[in-house]
Amino acid sequence: MTKRRKAVALISGGLDSMLAARVILDQGCHVEGLNFFTGFCVEGHTHAIRQREHKPIKRNNALWVAGELGIKLNFVDVVEEYKHVLIHPKHGYGANLNPCLDCKSFMVRKGYEWMRANEFDFLITGEVIGQRPMSQRRGTMPVIARESGAGDRLVRPLCAKHLAPTLPEREGWIDRDKLYAFNGRSRKPQIALAAKYDFKDYAQPAGGCCFLTDKQYSAKLRDLWRTRHSRDYALDDIMLLKVGRHLRPRPHFKLIIAREQGESNFLEGYRYQFTHLRTISHPGPLALVDGEVDTDDLRLAARLLARFSKGRLANTVHVQIAGHNQASWTMEVAPLTPSAIPGHWYL
Amino acid sequence: MSPRQTLDARHLLCPLPLIRVQDRVQTMLAGTLLEVSCTDPGTLHDIPTWCRLYGHRLLHTYRNDPLLVFTIEVSGAHAAPTDAPAPG
Ligand code: SF4
Repeated sequence: MTKRRKAVALISGGLDSMLAARVILDQGCHVEGLNFFTGFCVEGHTHAIRQREHKPIKRNNALWVAGELGIKLNFVDVVEEYKHVLIHPKHGYGANLNPCLDCKSFMVRKGYEWMRANEFDFLITGEVIGQRPMSQRRGTMPVIARESGAGDRLVRPLCAKHLAPTLPEREGWIDRDKLYAFNGRSRKPQIALAAKYDFKDYAQPAGGCCFLTDKQYSAKLRDLWRTRHSRDYALDDIMLLKVGRHLRPRPHFKLIIAREQGESNFLEGYRYQFTHLRTISHPGPLALVDGEVDTDDLRLAARLLARFSKGRLANTVHVQIAGHNQASWTMEVAPLTPSAIPGHWYL
Repeated sequence: MSPRQTLDARHLLCPLPLIRVQDRVQTMLAGTLLEVSCTDPGTLHDIPTWCRLYGHRLLHTYRNDPLLVFTIEVSGAHAAPTDAPAPG
């Protein structure tokens, strides 16, 4: 009896990796999924933070994919290891701070390590040649296979016919004829294959799979690095960059102002780490102060926060200020006028 | 009564509650119970799906917004099957 081969699929939560896993499942292989948490994932976090009452509860798309396919999904926390990828990308960045090629190689390498540790036979991804300008080009496919160490145990079922046969194909573990030859940026072949499998309700992420492709997010991360004189970061740092308006009125401090109740609730969790402000005479958001500040700075911060409160047009607004030690006091301030807030304060 | 462990995943956002549950369950014996407290509403979808995929039994879900407490009975099936030889 032939042995049932085992493949590990990198599952992002998008359609391509879902299709790739399904194609290999259809060939009778045992498939399990891997999903990496870098801290920059668009998945989950912001949706969970900006939860509004009337919105449906946000699912984890990678887990949803696994549920639809009926495969196990292993989550891997790579926050610490990923720092090296982001801070020192061998192949540089894309349009923003996205080190896509290094990132792909890293994830395939982690997948390959998992494959070996768990005695699986090969690794699959949903990559398609030409789909993404930086990491999914014909020339980068062999780079990822080589630099990850996965070599010819890495199968890309959606574009395999454009690539040399891999070990699982040569050994007959999977049938090359039943793999695909997708190519280019069009999504039509994927959508047609999804229809064939009757996949509905799959996630359709706009842009990249993480915040590092986002211009504004990258600007905030650059600002963090510049002002701290270090590129190191903690998970809380990169989480906070996803939340609220960030304004830097002075080089030595910035203000993180919640945009809605969900964000205020989220920022509440950081009260003990930051000096924070809230308006008490009028409804308004919570704001955290990141940096060392004196009384003049706090007065400016309070005036700025008042501008984003319901008291923006009032003559004065009472703002409660609390330090790390939770000792609090109140300032009465005039809200800043819009013309007193220069555009460059916004990160 | 089955031994019971608790896990505090309050204030963690998706996918961190799942990661914490997964990592804890991997250290637990079949038949033991894990009571996990969460505040991310997404866990209402995710914890039941995850339990189903791994064959763990979700015995109880307690909801008192924003708190969610899931009681999971750990199955022996969490670890990947190891019936195939190592890749050669
Ligand atoms: S978009 Fe983000 S997660 Fe996706 S390959 Fe690029 S850096 Fe990695």
